[in-house]
Amino acid sequence: MTHHDEPTVATVSPDEAPRRTALHDRHVALGARMVPFAGWEMPIQYTGILAEHRAVRSGAGLFDLGHMGQVDVRGPDALAYLQHVTTNDVSKLGPGAAQYGLLPNAEGGVIDDIITYRRPDAAGYMVVINAANAAKDVAWLRRARDERTDLDVEVTDMSDTVGMIAIQGPHAETITQGLTDVPLGDIPGFHGVDGEVAGIPMFFARTGYTGEDGFEFYPPQERTAELWDALMAAGAAHGIGPIGLGARDTLRLEARMPLYGNELADDIDPYEAGVGWAVKLDKGAFIGRDALARIKERGATRRTIGFRIEGRSAPPRGHYPLAVDGVEVGHVTSGAFSPTLGENIGLGLVERSVAGVGKPIDVIIRGKPVRAVQVALPFYRRQP
Amino acid sequence: MAAPTDLRYTKTHEWVRLDGDTATIGITDVAQTELGDITYLELPESGDEVSRTKPFGIVESVKAASDIYAPFDGEVVERNGDVVDTPELVNSSPYEAAWLIKVRLADPSQLDELMDSDAYDAFADAAAH
Repeated sequence: MTHHDEPTVATVSPDEAPRRTALHDRHVALGARMVPFAGWEMPIQYTGILAEHRAVRSGAGLFDLGHMGQVDVRGPDALAYLQHVTTNDVSKLGPGAAQYGLLPNAEGGVIDDIITYRRPDAAGYMVVINAANAAKDVAWLRRARDERTDLDVEVTDMSDTVGMIAIQGPHAETITQGLTDVPLGDIPGFHGVDGEVAGIPMFFARTGYTGEDGFEFYPPQERTAELWDALMAAGAAHGIGPIGLGARDTLRLEARMPLYGNELADDIDPYEAGVGWAVKLDKGAFIGRDALARIKERGATRRTIGFRIEGRSAPPRGHYPLAVDGVEVGHVTSGAFSPTLGENIGLGLVERSVAGVGKPIDVIIRGKPVRAVQVALPFYRRQP
Repeated sequence: MAAPTDLRYTKTHEWVRLDGDTATIGITDVAQTELGDITYLELPESGDEVSRTKPFGIVESVKAASDIYAPFDGEVVERNGDVVDTPELVNSSPYEAAWLIKVRLADPSQLDELMDSDAYDAFADAAAH
């Protein structure tokens, strides 16, 4: 038995030992299988991907996101700087609000996808970046700052001092409410507050990457394990469990959240990736704006589609070819057996002419076409 | 879980149960644990030939697709339809309900190359560390 294709995780160069998060000992004690991911040693699963996935959809799950990066942006021109380096309109953010956005390159490709939070006290912003891109992003953001000598802005990599844990699932609010006096029902989606959770002062927000309700916490790094323990204890009566990267991937896929390196890349433009809604061409000048305007005017030549395979089949996996009438038209960007739907699903990047909900498309699995049908996205949307 | 003592094993984590000139093949508990939740199996049909050290099937877990190797040459005489319909049996019962195929051996002496349970446990233990 040997693996055909490795799990969709980035690997580290062999001469560099993977870093460990503040929760490493917790994962080992919980029986996690640890794997290298984006330069970190992370849990891919504890009890099993399917069970962990279902726990998040029906109860609550806890995620160690210590590998993700946080960049603090502040100063008189913090807003002007963020408008320059991101695609979305950061001026729309009130205090505490969060926004999905992209870091574009000059050609209109995507360096990373990000969440930008405006600080609740309005004293600047925090940008959360992907682990796999953290070093590249920080270098890019610093260069952009250095080039804009006209802007008075501080850009600080906080990744080593800020921890990150997420709780996700229908019981997330109930569990968290047991640990804080902040009235959580008053926090709308994509908003955060400064407050104490388990006696630890921090910023936290109603955001996540699973399609469920929940919160992402940003405690001081040295108190991350304390917060983890408090959430595990408070959630015990609600069936909380730790969730590894494996279920994180199937959860985000069902919710059609893009993963950088799969749906997004520096040679895929935001319109092709289906995140053109996060590009605000009318907000004023920004990096890549002119290129993105030309791409939008011309019309994307490729589309991101969703598909499902009816009946039993091997699961579609990243990079499998997609074909129509025997002609290759693109490739799978992400695919998996969907634990919620009980069937194989995937996202693909295909020639625009073949895209359309209801149209057939073949997934080429080990040389053989397997019939799939294009479906509306997302695959899963939680009941309000 | 220690490997059952009545079976023989490969370094690619298949197990073999001999019954006359026919051998039953499955994958070990070590293999299913490593793979995680199994969602799909591709297995040969009765009458198909399998060749020693060549892949005869594919097991797909949520994480990855992996080849399953034939421990010897032979002809498939039966495949387990239950495990094709219910692949999670490989996770719950790797040595019993989730046998994969039965093969008529072309050369029974090829079985001599396989490990016994003690040797396999030691091999799997060493590979894990």
